[in-house]
Amino acid sequence: MGTAFAISKRELSAYFSTPLAYVFIVIFLALAGATTFYFGGFFQRGQADLQSFFSFHPWLYLFLIPAVGMRLWAEERKSGTIELLMTLPVSTTQAVAGKFVAAWIFAGIALALTFPIWITVNHLGSPDNGVIFAGYVGSFLMAGAFLAIGSFVSALTRNQVIAFVITAAVCFLFMMSGLEPVQSAFRGWSSDFIVDLVASLSFLTHFDAITRGVFDLRDFVYLTSVIGVFLFATVVIVDLKKGS
Amino acid sequence: MGTMLEIQGLTKQFGQFTAVDDISFSVASGEVLGFLGPNGSGKSTTMKMVTGFLVPTSGTAIVCGNDVTRDPIAVKRHIGYLPEGAPLYEDMTPAGMLSFVADVRGLSGAARRNGIDNAVSKLQLDEVFNQQIGTLSKGFKRRVGLAQAILHDPDVLILDEPTDGLDPNQKHHVRELIAEMSKDKAIVISTHVLEEVDAVCGRAIIIARGRMVADGTPAELERRSSYYNAVSVRLHRDHVEGLKSALDGIGDIAHIETGEPAGDTAHVVVMSKDGATILETVNARMKDRSIAIEQLYVERGRLEDVFRQITGDVQGRT
Repeated sequence: MGTAFAISKRELSAYFSTPLAYVFIVIFLALAGATTFYFGGFFQRGQADLQSFFSFHPWLYLFLIPAVGMRLWAEERKSGTIELLMTLPVSTTQAVAGKFVAAWIFAGIALALTFPIWITVNHLGSPDNGVIFAGYVGSFLMAGAFLAIGSFVSALTRNQVIAFVITAAVCFLFMMSGLEPVQSAFRGWSSDFIVDLVASLSFLTHFDAITRGVFDLRDFVYLTSVIGVFLFATVVIVDLKKGS
Repeated sequence: MGTMLEIQGLTKQFGQFTAVDDISFSVASGEVLGFLGPNGSGKSTTMKMVTGFLVPTSGTAIVCGNDVTRDPIAVKRHIGYLPEGAPLYEDMTPAGMLSFVADVRGLSGAARRNGIDNAVSKLQLDEVFNQQIGTLSKGFKRRVGLAQAILHDPDVLILDEPTDGLDPNQKHHVRELIAEMSKDKAIVISTHVLEEVDAVCGRAIIIARGRMVADGTPAELERRSSYYNAVSVRLHRDHVEGLKSALDGIGDIAHIETGEPAGDTAHVVVMSKDGATILETVNARMKDRSIAIEQLYVERGRLEDVFRQITGDVQGRT
């Protein structure tokens, strides 16, 4: 695994050698704060929990995470460095995993920097820290799922803007699949089984369950599976398209 | 020395298009092979298959006993590769780039330190070692690309246009480096600069439209030139007609080419038929007629001419 680690290390330092990392972190923190206090009504709710904080994460991730994921492979293909990388003694799986982990750690750093809000809520009351911890884990997993989708889409194109837009659109569909507009689109012509299946793919449904403190292993398994499936698909696509 | 690289019936098709068509050759340790061909003839595609970047449609390459279609990772361990255009992570420094490659190649401790130091000093990268690669000149970028290729002291070096974009001094330096490293390595360089083949390659392969059309030492290839053993004469323009009549009737002469005179001096090339030695005959005839000449020499054949002859043939055939 030393090889994948070396790739992660390089990727991660590449994030911090450009303004992207700092812009991303500052905007994420600012928006996370703003949504929690203004739209989430953190104080007005009068409850010692982080529901109002976590409930906006899917929406923040929806347009911030594709910005991280878009460059994963599109940039390598555009600049030709993919040829350099893939002719080093590296398997495609190691390369895909190494790059993904770096992006995920980066998203994790941004998420970890929201820690003052955890301190704040403990200062104001006595929240269930187990639920908050589960919320952080769930949020981190969801960021990973978005990134895995971003990695997959990024491998399909050499244009980062296209990768961004398509990743955001795919993530949006995954989020919305539990909600009424999508459900009614399916209800008209398909069986209940299909409707339920589509609903079960929804990020929102699973993530809400986690942050509300309903501990169900299936929610975690779901997000982890999304990561696994899309990374596997990335490996396939990178192998197919690296030469073109 | 043993064969380090063996290419067997390598073929690559992109849809209906055959980019590389059944190429086979081998390269031994100590050998520098020049891989020539017009742009788009399949040089880079061949190199990409040998280095495990592209999967061959059929055929394979054996590098130090490892089959690239079965164990590409083992092959990649033995190869140092400079891809076409020397792509690099532009936001890194040469220092970061080289230590990344050393990490991925699993070098540690003294091997790692020596590898990096050695590559940096051989390619004279000290002054830009901590500068962002994106800000470097084309020449330096190419050298960073070469440095990452030789970092692990590979048995096989594959360099796609290693001197492209370098100035004459740097070209000379890189050629010296290649010659120096060739002692214990098998080296393949692709190029369309023909003087480079003369300068560093012990053997040259010419490909056109994905097929191998020639394989030999540069001298052997030059022999195929229509200029091989031709006699060049420089003389006063007034003597040209005299020379032509003097040479009339020599069976080994194919024809006589007359260049535009520069000032009073004309340049006449007497082409030999099938590479026969004609110098003595030509010289004797001129002495007989007392034709005053300024300069006389035998052409050794022009690689460029052979290249055009051979590749032009293939291009024109369909």
